[in-house]
Amino acid sequence: MLDYIRSNRREVIAAIVLLVLLSLYLGTHPRGASTYVLTIWANQCLILGLAAIAQFFAVVVRGIDLSVGAVMALTNTLASHLLDGSAIGIGFGIVAVLAAGAACGLVNGLVVVYGRIQPIVVTLATASIFIGVALMLRPTPGGAINYDLADAVTLDVFGVPTALVLSGLLIFAFWIPFRRTGLGLGLYALGSSEQAAFQSGMDTRLIRIAAFTLAGLFGGVAGLYYSFVTTTGDAGIAANFTLNSIAAVVLGGVLLRGGVGSLVGAMAGAFILKTIASLMFFSGIPSLAQPLFEGLILAAAIAVGGADVLRARNRLEVFGR
Amino acid sequence: MNRAITPDSLMPYIGTALLIIAGSFFFPQILTFDYLTQQLQIAAFLGLLATGATIVILLGHIDLSVPWVLTGAAILSTALVGSGDPLLTALAVPAALAFGALIGIVNGIGVAVLRIPSMVWTLAINSILLGLAVLNTGGFNPKGEASPLMVSMASGRVLGLPMSFLIWMAVCAVITLFLTRTPFGRYLRSIGYNEKATFLSGVSTPSVVFAAFALAGMCSAMGGVLLAGYANQAYQSMGDPFLLPTIAAVVIGGTSILGGRGGLFGTVGGALFITLLTSILSVMQIGDAWKSIVFGVIILAMLLFQTMRKGAHA
Repeated sequence: MLDYIRSNRREVIAAIVLLVLLSLYLGTHPRGASTYVLTIWANQCLILGLAAIAQFFAVVVRGIDLSVGAVMALTNTLASHLLDGSAIGIGFGIVAVLAAGAACGLVNGLVVVYGRIQPIVVTLATASIFIGVALMLRPTPGGAINYDLADAVTLDVFGVPTALVLSGLLIFAFWIPFRRTGLGLGLYALGSSEQAAFQSGMDTRLIRIAAFTLAGLFGGVAGLYYSFVTTTGDAGIAANFTLNSIAAVVLGGVLLRGGVGSLVGAMAGAFILKTIASLMFFSGIPSLAQPLFEGLILAAAIAVGGADVLRARNRLEVFGR
Repeated sequence: MNRAITPDSLMPYIGTALLIIAGSFFFPQILTFDYLTQQLQIAAFLGLLATGATIVILLGHIDLSVPWVLTGAAILSTALVGSGDPLLTALAVPAALAFGALIGIVNGIGVAVLRIPSMVWTLAINSILLGLAVLNTGGFNPKGEASPLMVSMASGRVLGLPMSFLIWMAVCAVITLFLTRTPFGRYLRSIGYNEKATFLSGVSTPSVVFAAFALAGMCSAMGGVLLAGYANQAYQSMGDPFLLPTIAAVVIGGTSILGGRGGLFGTVGGALFITLLTSILSVMQIGDAWKSIVFGVIILAMLLFQTMRKGAHA
């Protein structure tokens, strides 16, 4: 147990912070710890959590994805066209939405690998393209999502918010097995040292493309889930989610220099960020001062979580990081 | 060592010329003196921001606090003018620049002393500034107005050329001098290449980082002052649409996002190119959707062309 905590220090710290914040939130909420309150909280958290997972896959291979929000906008607007009508139509619609997300990620990956351009610049440009497509699909917010399906994934199962069940499934049914596959290991190898990964015979190009495709796929999942929560399509959601997804992965202990962190950490970071925002709402701080407090808390959290300088043994060591 | 004019930095100029030529086939009014000088005037706003961003990117960092440094400087300067006091009115521009420098130093402290990645630290500073602005203005559009000085800086003309363009060029000239003729410029690039080696050669790397971020903050603040003069007011989130075009202007000007390589010459071209591209897309009256797509495709195409050209020579 102690060994486990030591090797997953960052995730454990993030989880403890999250639990403290959540109990504060439930303590200050006028309606207390009811399923209703928890469900709304969990839905909001999971949207950002999925966006953070998308960002995590780009960051872990030493990249960054500035198109996460744009992919969400694109898939959200696409979903608002496809996810209404017959059951078969909706089934195909979900597949199409996820495929669109993955395709966006694949484009990013191909340009990064074969165009040899830095990911930050590539995704900056592709984000503009994806937002354009989203605007074409939905010039103004609107559209509809099948309510039965939306209710099924955004309410609760026997008193447990479905969003939390889905989060659990993501971690235990996807991440833990995935981490042990060749690709899961390859992501970390590539992020830690591209040269070492290449010299051990890994196909670094394929791994990088796969990482960006996964980032796109999860951007698509985030867009899909956003559609279920809001039941409309809106092309204007991009900027916020991109920036928040970066803040979330850093809060969750994922290092921007690659190779360190996990999907669980990225999700925890997103949940922390959303809980802080919800906590503000009922905290009694004047509403005009809330954005300032959110900013200050974000800066403080990043300063504590990201300050490697405190652990460095000598002045030279900090430069290598 | 670092030639100012490289093939990469000429790319946006060639692109700008092509845009003017191609555009003038469809819209002859593009070739008029009025239209072109108006583009220079508008390009100065983006150009000043991109000048600051170039300094930080040469260092190997990135400054995401540009939007709210710009907005903050605009709110501060218009509020000082709006007070009606002649002394405060005179102080509006210097105060805005001091504000930019102060935020730049805060950015530098996080990056150089606390060693937090600039991408998230400047993002956090950006949201703190947003919070301060909301608290200060109550979420409404801030009161105040631009002083005659600010208006003439943004919209005035000297010898037919826009004042804002001349200010941009003057700032560029001064900073180019800093970058090429002083130790500061050499240290800046060498930190961009290899910070550890620079530190080991006895350079006080934190002070270089402070100075670079402070200069960048002042450039953003100057952009804010000019924009406030142009619109004769400050408004919430006036800086948000500028963040991504600023970075795009720097990278299509041939400055490497990894730091060390590049310079202001390319950035000037990049800012001109992006301003003209945006303007021509507006003249063509195509929808926002296509505008956004064409913008992304052209930036991507220019970047791909740059790497392909290098691939052919390597």
